[in-house]
Amino acid sequence: MITVAQGMVEALVHEGVSVVFGYPGAAICPFYDSLAGSPIHHVLVRQEQNAGHAASGYARVSGRPGVVVVTSGPGATNLITGLATAYMDSIPIVAITGQVSRDQIGRDVFQEADITGAAEPFTKYSWLVKDPTQIPRIMKEAFYIASSGRPGPVLIDIPIDVQKEMIEFNYPDTVNIRGYKPTVSGNPPQIRRVADAVMESYRPLICLGGGVLAAGAGGQVLSLAEQCQVPMVSTMMGLSAVPSGHPLFYGMLGMHGNSAANFAVHNADLLVIIGARAGDRAMTSPGVVEKRARVVHIDVDPAEIGKNVGAAIPLVGDAKNVVTQLLGCTGRCESAEWIRLLEEKRQAVRYDLSPRQGSVNPRVFVRGLSQQLSPDAVVAADVGQNQIWAANHLSFQNGRFLTSGGMGTMGYSVPAAVGAKLAAPGRQTVVICGDGSFQMQMNELATICQEGLDVKIVVMKNGRLGMVRELQQNQYGGTLSGIFLDGSPDFLKLAAAYGIPCARLSDEMDIPLAVSEMLQSEGPYLLECVVDPDESSI
Amino acid sequence: MKQTISILVANQAGVLSRISGLFARRGYNIESLAVGVTEDKTLSRMTIVVEGNSYVAEQVEKQLNKLIDVIKVRRIPQGELVCRELLMIKVAARQGERPDIVNICDIMGAKIADITLGTMTIELSDTPERVELIIEMLKPFSIREIVRTGTVALQKGTDTIGNGKK
Repeated sequence: MITVAQGMVEALVHEGVSVVFGYPGAAICPFYDSLAGSPIHHVLVRQEQNAGHAASGYARVSGRPGVVVVTSGPGATNLITGLATAYMDSIPIVAITGQVSRDQIGRDVFQEADITGAAEPFTKYSWLVKDPTQIPRIMKEAFYIASSGRPGPVLIDIPIDVQKEMIEFNYPDTVNIRGYKPTVSGNPPQIRRVADAVMESYRPLICLGGGVLAAGAGGQVLSLAEQCQVPMVSTMMGLSAVPSGHPLFYGMLGMHGNSAANFAVHNADLLVIIGARAGDRAMTSPGVVEKRARVVHIDVDPAEIGKNVGAAIPLVGDAKNVVTQLLGCTGRCESAEWIRLLEEKRQAVRYDLSPRQGSVNPRVFVRGLSQQLSPDAVVAADVGQNQIWAANHLSFQNGRFLTSGGMGTMGYSVPAAVGAKLAAPGRQTVVICGDGSFQMQMNELATICQEGLDVKIVVMKNGRLGMVRELQQNQYGGTLSGIFLDGSPDFLKLAAAYGIPCARLSDEMDIPLAVSEMLQSEGPYLLECVVDPDESSI
Repeated sequence: MKQTISILVANQAGVLSRISGLFARRGYNIESLAVGVTEDKTLSRMTIVVEGNSYVAEQVEKQLNKLIDVIKVRRIPQGELVCRELLMIKVAARQGERPDIVNICDIMGAKIADITLGTMTIELSDTPERVELIIEMLKPFSIREIVRTGTVALQKGTDTIGNGKK
């Protein structure tokens, strides 16, 4: 007989968990007590939301669910933004929250919050554990549900008295959940229809999304594109699934995408969407697209098909399985003319790369950074202008791009990088954020120091909430409201206070040297990149 | 247009809140919802009537299917429904009015569930349309209170919800 808390730790070990992100408190103390004697490494974040983001970064880089442990009440409610961010981007997380004891639930006692209720819209599933004997089954199901089908966060809320109960612990080998049987391989007749549609098209286009990364299907998608000679564009969530420099890849589509990619989307006769929601930022006018092109929508979540864009050929399945099936029944299609046209459009894409005085052109900086990154580097971009500069100007080989695509959660990048670095300590890990987003997460510098993590942080400093400033100038008559970051600290002094080496970059001529100094220094580093307040996103 | 959806769900705490929460946050309007256990004690069956076009109905079905507590979902086409709703209605019934009320009940096949010196409580189990009709017919007698269960429905013929896919 062991305690439920010991059983939970045991279950984590069974699931191959070696690191958890969390923040203790009274209602989760039995669990932490058991954790102390285990081989699992606990990373103390500085706010619970960041435990969620760190687990997200960990999951995206390791391909396994990230694990979060927090206490009841405010610990749990602080975590909600982390869960919601992961939910929107389909990232597998197993969150464990302490809860007040069973006999106290519903009496509004100290640090009580109905977290399974509050997190319901942002979790794939949740459990409030009242029967101690169910914990082995629940732990097994939690990992299975989080990581299978369309991945997502799950939450186990466990009252403190349940954690202390004694149970017979037998960890199950299999799960059998009556209402959960995700479809993973494509229906053969539908595969045939997609293959025929590809072969009949003259202006085919693949639009790949985060589902390609979730399924680890980048290689298969690339093979399909090459075999059939189909050009590719990507949503923000799909970036780094295929190499940016590939001749058939035309970059990011959508509101902040490039003109060639958007031309391709609006002029294709066949659009094969793979693992993407066709959300409003990626596909600004789905009605127009579905009129001009035959839309094939491949997604592991049937509910995404037909939700935002009408699909002529729906195909439910895991991207890797489906694309592998397609590879077996397609050939080269007659797209040479189309590719020539897109190549012209690619050549016509123009960005403002002109030199700046007294500040750094952020596009030029990101390109300069990209040149010196390791081929397999992990780059976590935050939300705002920094994200768009990163998305459009970073070049990926076999690296990985992490960002909060669906929720657009500021403060994502630093904790995500913490998780990513712990998942792959050997990979170069770089953060690109703004001075707004940095101040939402700079408490995590302590986590970086405590864990001794080699995470490089670039703060694009313009003293503004740049993307909102741009919105106000473009759509609200130029009245600037609430976007000035005047009270910001000296980030170099701040980094120094943490003992983190740092530098300020304000002259473009110094980009190569500043980047190499940052990348070559041992351990964490903060580079402040001075950007003009009036720079635009594109 | 009204769409009738039949759902088999795991019979456990929190399921109703998951389902009603889904309808609320996705902006679907519930016209009525009725729930009860089935022949299998681990399952409950819900009948939900929603107002919406076929796009809405399809989205509702897909989103419901994503819920892990949901075992089966079936949209029942309007022409293939056997549906019933239970109505109880308390009307003011002074002595001279009783025969008229009994007459309406006879015509509609309704029962008198309770009677006092000043009121009559009438029950009717019938289609939502006929439930509306008897309410209309009883309005002149001053309705004191009404309670309705919401529609429950089964598909006509030999088909059952169990032999559809999830």
